[in-house]
Amino acid sequence: MARFIVRRVVAMVFVLFAISVLTFFIFNVIPAGDPAVRMAGKSATPTTIHAIRRDWGFDKPVYVQYVKTMGRVFSGNLVSYINQRNVIDEIRSRIPRTFCLAIGAAILWMFVAVILGLYTAVRAGQFSDRFLTVLALIGISMPVFWVGALMAYYLGFKWEIFPNGGYVPLTDDPVDWAYHLILPWTALSILFIGVYSRLLRSNVLDTMNDDYVRTARAKGLSERQVLVRHVLRNSLIPIVTLWGLDFGAVLGGGAILTETVFDIQGVGQYAAESVSQLDVPPVLTVTLFGAFFIVFLNAIVDIVYAYLDPRIRLT
Amino acid sequence: MSERLLEVRDLKVSFATEEGVVQAVDGVSFELEAGEVLAVVGESGSGKSVTAMTLMGLTRGPNARFEGTARYKGTELVAASDEELQRVRGAEIAMIFQDPMTSLNPVHRIGDQIIEQIQAHEEISDSAARERTVELLDRVGIPRARERVDNYPFEFSGGMRQRVMIALALSCDPAVLIADEPTTALDVTIQAQILQRMRNLRDETGAAVILVTHDLGVVADIADRIAVMYAGRIVEQGKLDEIFYDPQHPYTWGLLGSIARVDRPRPARLPTIAGMPPSLAHRPEGCHFRPRCPHEFAECVKTPPLESRVPASPGHKDRCWLSVEDKRGEREIVPGEIGLEDKKGVGAAV
Repeated sequence: MARFIVRRVVAMVFVLFAISVLTFFIFNVIPAGDPAVRMAGKSATPTTIHAIRRDWGFDKPVYVQYVKTMGRVFSGNLVSYINQRNVIDEIRSRIPRTFCLAIGAAILWMFVAVILGLYTAVRAGQFSDRFLTVLALIGISMPVFWVGALMAYYLGFKWEIFPNGGYVPLTDDPVDWAYHLILPWTALSILFIGVYSRLLRSNVLDTMNDDYVRTARAKGLSERQVLVRHVLRNSLIPIVTLWGLDFGAVLGGGAILTETVFDIQGVGQYAAESVSQLDVPPVLTVTLFGAFFIVFLNAIVDIVYAYLDPRIRLT
Repeated sequence: MSERLLEVRDLKVSFATEEGVVQAVDGVSFELEAGEVLAVVGESGSGKSVTAMTLMGLTRGPNARFEGTARYKGTELVAASDEELQRVRGAEIAMIFQDPMTSLNPVHRIGDQIIEQIQAHEEISDSAARERTVELLDRVGIPRARERVDNYPFEFSGGMRQRVMIALALSCDPAVLIADEPTTALDVTIQAQILQRMRNLRDETGAAVILVTHDLGVVADIADRIAVMYAGRIVEQGKLDEIFYDPQHPYTWGLLGSIARVDRPRPARLPTIAGMPPSLAHRPEGCHFRPRCPHEFAECVKTPPLESRVPASPGHKDRCWLSVEDKRGEREIVPGEIGLEDKKGVGAAV
């Protein structure tokens, strides 16, 4: 286990380094990427631009700029090129919003998908299975920006059943917190529910033909015990892997569309805004933030995987 | 005579498949008495496993159709409700499956898989069930059972896993043990150990055994009675000696002829039965063995009933139209033949 952790930490450092280099250099070579020009405004003189370039160090070689920027990321002194606000503080204030969205949605989509997947597998071929299969396909096909916008417009704005976007901290008012998050949770979960329930259904159907399930029946277990202890337990293993990775992506600000449609002001929305302004410091930091969670959850998934399937050994 | 445990009457099992209706079992009848070992022998696809699994309701499914009855101590198994079946499964009738590598759940400890069965049928504390599991594992010959009870299936070899399966099957003292090709997936040396173990356990517990196999060599050691199945029907049944020393059906002759024997001059090639078993979706009219039978004659297009044709042994039944005298003549010429010259010696000893 100790070896496993050391290996993973070393690997994580390499991954984050590679991602930071790639992100930084991509923004250095894209057209209209010169921050000094944009910071100087529309009718700036070359002198102004030149002054900005010198003040911010944009005239230094790219690798020097990279090292300086990375130094600021870790010392917490990195500021936005656009509004000069501290990037680290900005992300820190947005983390609770993104985490609440991610955790709630991940629980919701896993819970619903397990129930749906199991139910459709048991009823395979019957009307209810076909009906739910069509629903799942519709769910998979609906883009979040569309279904989210519809929900926000009708349920939030027009009929005023739910608040129209925004976020209330959990510590301020737990009920209002949940009330504000119901629509975003649902919008974010729909796609995942569709994918996960389909995947679980086919896993369950495969597992049901395994010999040990026949053994479990031959033991005189009830159908429910057979399903939960033997079929579900084994079919869930690949789903849990997927869940960990998707959860990591959403935690790291991957729910950009949902956050933007419902104006949650989370990390994902920050990323979207910064990208549209070609604001390198926040883009770089948010990318690293997201990559960290994906790599971290990957390691967690491996540990959980070894626990769920004793044949797997961590090395 | 001892108590009649299980009585199967005219059992028919068919499955609807894309190629049409597959009649896997077609009118099988047999009885099983307490402490008896009945061997059900046949090639792959003869319906022997389906017969065995149907007794435990394991062939049920949306495409399966059942007829006939299987009466176990007053419970009718073919039409039993799920609850009735659950009470019987594991506790009254237990099953050992063919492939020990896949028959245990890979993600649960073997001890837990046995405890689970005990607790499904008895109100028993975790520690008592665990204690019994250790004893069971010890009894089937798992060394250091107390430590190994917490191991996972992948930490065991095939033979050891089959012992675990046997311990599992015996955990609730079943009256009937169904073993579906229990040694097919194992090495020959391990096969012998497992069979020895089953024989001992039969003697100790008095459980009746239905041994499903394609290997007559396995049967010779352990069976009291034999039922030979072909294409969904029993084509011959009788006591062990009747089948081995006075076989009546040409299919049985073929099976017996294709056993490799060390006590005979070795033939250039082991005799085989020509042709392939018929598809169970398109079986020939009359005697199903007809297309492969070297002794076929006009009568064979009619289905021969399973009845006693040897006057001296009324329990010995077969489905062949040949007269007993003709058979005794024809049988001699079967290559690699059967055991006739032994008959005097062994017969006298019996």
